[in-house]
Amino acid sequence: MKRIFSLLLAVMMVSLLLTGCGDSAAQYPNGEVNVLNWGEYIDEDVLTQFESETGIKVNYKTCSDNETLYSTLSGGGSDYDVIVPSDYMISRLIDEGMLEKLDFSNIPNFSDIDENFVKPAYDPTNEYSVPYMWGTVGIIYNTSMVKDEITSWGALFDKKYAGQVLMINNPRDAIGLALKYLGYSYNTTDKSQIQKATDLLIQQKKDGIVQAYVMDEIFDKMEGGEAAIGVYYAGDYLTMLENNPDLAFVVPTEGSNYFVDAMCIPKGASNKTNGEKFINFMCTTDVGLANCEAIGYSTPLKSVKKALDPSISGNPVAYPSDEVLAKCEQFINLPQDILEFYDSEWLRLKV
Amino acid sequence: MKKNGFGSRFFMVLVFLFLYAPIFVLIVFSFNATKSRSVWAGFSLQWYVKLFSDATIMDALRTTLLVSAVASVIACIAGTAAAIGISAMRRRSRNIVMSVNNIPLTNADIVTGVSLSLLFVLAINIFNQTLGTRWELGFWTLLIAHVTFDIPYVILSVLPRIRQLDPNIYEAAEDLGATGPVAFRRVILPDLMPGIVNGLLVAFTMSIDDFVISYFTAGSKVSTLAMEVYAMARRKISPEINAISTLLFASVLVLLVFINIRQSRQDRLANREKSVVSIQK
Amino acid sequence: MKNRWLAVPYVVWMAVFVVVPLILVVLYAFTSRDGGFTLSNFSTMAEYLVVFGRSFFLALIATLVCILIGYPLAYYLAREGESMRRMATMLIMLPMWMNFLLRTYSWMSILENTGLLNTFFQKIGLFSLINGIFGTDITFFHMINTEGAIVLGMVYNFLPFMVLPIYTVIEKIDYRIIEAAQDLGANFRQVFQKVILPLSLPGVLSGITMVFVPAVSTFAIPRLLGGGMVTMLGDLIEAQFMGSAYNPYLGSAISLVMMLIVLICMAVMNRFGEGEEGAVVL
Repeated sequence: MKRIFSLLLAVMMVSLLLTGCGDSAAQYPNGEVNVLNWGEYIDEDVLTQFESETGIKVNYKTCSDNETLYSTLSGGGSDYDVIVPSDYMISRLIDEGMLEKLDFSNIPNFSDIDENFVKPAYDPTNEYSVPYMWGTVGIIYNTSMVKDEITSWGALFDKKYAGQVLMINNPRDAIGLALKYLGYSYNTTDKSQIQKATDLLIQQKKDGIVQAYVMDEIFDKMEGGEAAIGVYYAGDYLTMLENNPDLAFVVPTEGSNYFVDAMCIPKGASNKTNGEKFINFMCTTDVGLANCEAIGYSTPLKSVKKALDPSISGNPVAYPSDEVLAKCEQFINLPQDILEFYDSEWLRLKV
Repeated sequence: MKKNGFGSRFFMVLVFLFLYAPIFVLIVFSFNATKSRSVWAGFSLQWYVKLFSDATIMDALRTTLLVSAVASVIACIAGTAAAIGISAMRRRSRNIVMSVNNIPLTNADIVTGVSLSLLFVLAINIFNQTLGTRWELGFWTLLIAHVTFDIPYVILSVLPRIRQLDPNIYEAAEDLGATGPVAFRRVILPDLMPGIVNGLLVAFTMSIDDFVISYFTAGSKVSTLAMEVYAMARRKISPEINAISTLLFASVLVLLVFINIRQSRQDRLANREKSVVSIQK
Repeated sequence: MKNRWLAVPYVVWMAVFVVVPLILVVLYAFTSRDGGFTLSNFSTMAEYLVVFGRSFFLALIATLVCILIGYPLAYYLAREGESMRRMATMLIMLPMWMNFLLRTYSWMSILENTGLLNTFFQKIGLFSLINGIFGTDITFFHMINTEGAIVLGMVYNFLPFMVLPIYTVIEKIDYRIIEAAQDLGANFRQVFQKVILPLSLPGVLSGITMVFVPAVSTFAIPRLLGGGMVTMLGDLIEAQFMGSAYNPYLGSAISLVMMLIVLICMAVMNRFGEGEEGAVVL
């Protein structure tokens, strides 16, 4: 018995050693930075580049949606230095005093941001955020599985696509598209409108049209032909397209969501300066270029847009025409009681 | 009892097939040349290579092994001491303590995880505000959580053996001149060893397999293997997960086969001795 | 040696890390967002009755299936020879050493519309056969993202927890009792019904506890195999703490009610069997 015990111990030690071999070599004299981003939203090589250039260790984690990000920040017990919320979430975080004011002397590359993205509606004084990526939401569909051309949100509610539709798994995007389909605004505070939209979604679920509610799980499913239709972000469509050329993307005629994700620092972050250095790094031209090419989203950086391959910067999916953009609406933060109503409506759908 | 016929054997084989089919699938597709998890495209070791260069997974693996090892050892020591203490208690207090002991065992994982996270976050906030520290959920809260749910398993494993102990042996040892600790070490401990080792193994298994409790108590910086798999399964899936499953499976298989062989060898030896003794009689 | 005080560190530890957290859960359940005493968390929960019902129902089915498969397995196992038994025990425990998330994740690739099973069925022409006979137009069986898939996942993950306790108890049954019953003229069915079954009951009860409780509260299995279509208690609770709706008060209330219901179920069950408490001595 003693022998077994010592054998076990030996095995544990060996496995610990083996796993320890990996990265004990690198030295990080300048501390660390804790980053929380979205999944598939960065070229991971740039992290190693940052570490070797600055000597700051990057602890990189991902999150699936803005509401979960909010929970993580409110729950306490977690400490991130850089987060990348979407526009409406940023205005909520600013309203609730959950963001640090940035020291722009540490972020000189901010000057490269296109004027259209400076002092945005969600951060009017531009003291809290630096834009990272922007894009649109649209319908992605597999042309080999869907015979017709899709132009409207209505396709998502069409029974002939039963079991083939992947709905987006967060309340504002999902209820939002139903609102748009019904002709309302994404930012309506009229509870009856929100309720009608949710009823539509509930009917969609009951009719068996929805295959699953997904976020990043959509990549494998669309690429593999597991589902025919999905709703997701333009940049991700471009990534999926590389693995499945049958996929098409459309911004529906009723209009869709235009979003900007920006980098912020949560209040009380322990490595604020390192965080600002990281943000600045993300705004350098070659890093911005690498990220763009890796994830397919659209950049707010002037030099990066110039440096992009014309097939990308001219791609209407990544850089839509003004008339398409005119149809798109940005989310703004909603009053607390409406937010709670969204929560309860979303749960009404999910249960 | 009736010996097993063909029907029952067939049933057993079916069940074992059911148990192992998904594992088999995982293993096979860890060697797949494409990232498909259901269509075989040829043999390749690329996922194993990717696995070893993926710092996040390696970190998570190391954390898992470390926490499980340390927690099970601590739980073993504390649990054995506790079991001895409990066996010396009066009936009423013993019943109360055993009821509390059973709580983590019978309670749903998620309730244990949620309750611990409430405690940790509250305590951390209080400490941070009064002492100005910057504590947060991390390795220590994870370790505490693991020790907490490991100890009951150890106690459950050791306590029965204590009950089976011959109460006179300890006195005999003392009569022969052994002092307390010595008597304990040389007389009681060897008898308890199987129970302790069993408890250690169970605690270690439980820690390695845990997902829910770790999920709520590890915080943002520390991650266990299970947490990483969960995060990966909700994003673009990579067969690196398959590769790590295969490695885990292989190492555990080797370990258990080894233990099994030793066990049967020991049994055979014991049987041989028994028959020798009976012949001599 | 038998010093009562040896248990003191442990008692203190358990008080701090088991009892206090549970008290916190109770406290939070009755607290509102602004910090005052309230019963509103419980009234909000009324909307989620569906989820409670669904979770308990699916857990019940999973437990029953586990008993249906696990009991015979444990019984046949107990009848095998020594070395076979040891190997079989090891084989049952082995999957438990592989993280349950990994094994659940594997079922995803098996059950998906373009997954293993469906691809296999298509290759052997099952769908064309069915379409030919019934005039339908299917190209796959819809298995994943259903309640069935979740039950399958639960059974798969928790089966060893049902088999092992039953096996342990049956194996310990003194063979002489069975012999005695046979000597008294009982045939096999009677021996089973009147001797083995009652004696194995503590193991069954233990197994039920070890399966039902995790099944009711799991959230990883519905997440992976349910595709966000099937919301269960675990999902609800998790969403309140780590997910998109941050409300630890509501989450605590749901956890509290769930705990209470489970306790009641267990208490009712224990009145049917007076076996030894919770000992799964593997």
